[in-house]
Amino acid sequence: MSSGIASGRRATRLSGRAWVPYAYLAPALLVYGVFLLFPIVRAAQFSLFDWDGLGESTFVGLDNYVTVFQDGQLLEAFGHAFVLIFFFSILPLAIGLLVAAVLNRSTVKGLGFFRTVLFLPQVIAMVVVAVAWRQIYAPDGVLNGTLRAFGLGNLTRPWLGDYTFTLPAVGFVGTWVATGLVIVLMLAGMGRIPREQYEAARLDGANAVREFFAVTLPAVRGEITVALTLTIIAALKTFDLVYVTTRGGPGTSTTVPSYEIYRRAFEIGDVGLAAAVGIVLTIVVLLITTVINRIGDRS
Amino acid sequence: MNKRSRTLLSGAGAGLLVLSLAACAPGAGGSSSNDEDTGDVSTDISDVEDMTLTVWDQEVRGGQNEQMEQLNAAFEEKYPNITIERNSQSFEDLGTTLRLALTDTDAPDVVQANNGRNSMGAFVEAGQLIPLDAYADAYGWSDRFSENVLQYSTYSDDATTFGEGDLYGLPQVGEVVGVYYSKSKLEALGLDVPETWSDFTDAVDAASADGPALQLGNIDQWPAGHVFGPIQGQFVVAADITALGLGNAGASWTTAENVDAANELQEWVDAGYFNDGINGTDYDAAWQAFGAGEGTFLMAGSWLAPDIEDAMGDDVGFFAPTRDDGSIATTGGTGLPFTITSAAENNDVAAAYIDFITSDEAMDVLAETGNLPVNRTAELAPDSGVLADIYTVFGEVTESGDLLPYLDYATPTFGDTLGQSLQDLIDGRVDAEAFTEQLEADYAGFTSGDE
Repeated sequence: MSSGIASGRRATRLSGRAWVPYAYLAPALLVYGVFLLFPIVRAAQFSLFDWDGLGESTFVGLDNYVTVFQDGQLLEAFGHAFVLIFFFSILPLAIGLLVAAVLNRSTVKGLGFFRTVLFLPQVIAMVVVAVAWRQIYAPDGVLNGTLRAFGLGNLTRPWLGDYTFTLPAVGFVGTWVATGLVIVLMLAGMGRIPREQYEAARLDGANAVREFFAVTLPAVRGEITVALTLTIIAALKTFDLVYVTTRGGPGTSTTVPSYEIYRRAFEIGDVGLAAAVGIVLTIVVLLITTVINRIGDRS
Repeated sequence: MNKRSRTLLSGAGAGLLVLSLAACAPGAGGSSSNDEDTGDVSTDISDVEDMTLTVWDQEVRGGQNEQMEQLNAAFEEKYPNITIERNSQSFEDLGTTLRLALTDTDAPDVVQANNGRNSMGAFVEAGQLIPLDAYADAYGWSDRFSENVLQYSTYSDDATTFGEGDLYGLPQVGEVVGVYYSKSKLEALGLDVPETWSDFTDAVDAASADGPALQLGNIDQWPAGHVFGPIQGQFVVAADITALGLGNAGASWTTAENVDAANELQEWVDAGYFNDGINGTDYDAAWQAFGAGEGTFLMAGSWLAPDIEDAMGDDVGFFAPTRDDGSIATTGGTGLPFTITSAAENNDVAAAYIDFITSDEAMDVLAETGNLPVNRTAELAPDSGVLADIYTVFGEVTESGDLLPYLDYATPTFGDTLGQSLQDLIDGRVDAEAFTEQLEADYAGFTSGDE
């Protein structure tokens, strides 16, 4: 009897203690749930309905998802997003690694200054960036003016109105923004590599290129994972850049999923389909980042 | 808990949550109609208990904002029992927030809703706006407004027909698309102001001899519609354009006349009448270039007049060429109509407000603040300046000509379809036939009820 009471008391005390961390977490969990989980679940729910955002809705099951994979314009938008990954992630990573490796090898005076300048595009709001680049790309803008000044007048074109060049032109703005972030990340990673490793490599007769692949690159694997995760998410969720520069044009040559979500939900009034696109986009982002982190973790 | 069971559990939790939410479908019970107000209307609101009237408008620019402030103040002075709570946002912002606002339990009383099917049409269909016919009778609105203007605020009950049926709103201002021109440049070319369409094309051709005569910036996709619309008006009979523009069954895009209109636009581009890189040029950059002296003509809407006059002073004029038979037809319409939501607290007060800001006296205020009043236009025209030309053109078109609807009213998706197709046409990626087929696919799909 008495031992029963004792063990009962211990159990209560234990379970009481087990709840304490959750009590501390509760406010954060509540905020997280209300502002993140609930909207996601609601979006998932909306995606199962045919709803114009105003009147009655009809339950249509997975029809909207079928549409996502059949609608030519939506598939095209996802295609464009993958092109943007090259400009937002791959290209900045290549440039970032190269620049950081060079900066890391030589002692550059005023490195802090360069780092700030390179990082600056990250700090500016994307809408401001987009407005500025819209001016640069204008038919009589800075870019065409510069080309003409160098006698390359035959290369000038309306960059944001040319069916072939508009998507790369929009993508390049992403490169401009992301490169600074990647360089700063890579510099941080490379700064942690012990000098001895380079000396050892040099004693073994490695040249600069060899050194980069044998010592530098493996050491910044973690930073590469972080950089890729951040920039690929940025590429896939691009909205403001496209909205401000081209509105998906010319024709449909620069539409992206986020822009399609906005257009269909708020302009056309097809909330169910917009929600389905949003859910698919979320899943794509999760899948890609999971794969990247798996590969990054393997070291 | 190991990783797998944790994933399983959260997955199951999310699934349960989805299931429980599926029970309350979106949009169910969202509309709040107050049927008790219908039928019995009163035009006397001086005895109404103190209340606040919430008004959402998009009159944010200089003169537009000023007229709104003046009229609101005058209304509050006349009816001390009513306080106006005004919420003013840009055209784009209002368009995107209105859907959410109307379904909210605390919806505004009076809102400015764009005429087209993706705004007013959708709101009517969902029962979010109340028909105003009883008030129109009580206040005599059909005497005050021309039929030409009122049609853009009318929908059938189920919103399938646009342009006839119940009246849902009243606009304050008119809009007309025409041709701005530089007086000095035209004079230098030894030309008179073109009267007919063939005079105009001849003048454009002559003026393009040393540099493009027309400025167009179409990066935003819609501006080319304001060039194509007037061209279409020269080739296609007005009734067909109205059916096409309002998305009502009974017309077709793939007629020889529509193809001719599209051909004309493409030929203008090929002939070098426009600046280079139309699709990559900003709308604002184009009219600013015209204002700064580039080009002789600019085909655009009346709303640009104050800005262009600031840049060019007395040098700018405005006209709309007639068809070669002398009749006049051009794209235009009205400002966004003011409507009453089904959530309005007191319909009589809301109707009195709409009556007040669109009254004959209000037209004076609108004219004084540099707007184009939708009524009494000819009467209130200024003596000189580009606005005098614009008032004249609008008066002629609404009274004796055809005011052609904006083509993007047609279907919920037509703004995009038209914008993308016009960019294709200008770029030469599609010919005139393919262009009209793209538009027909959207129009016919909608009118046959596929969408």
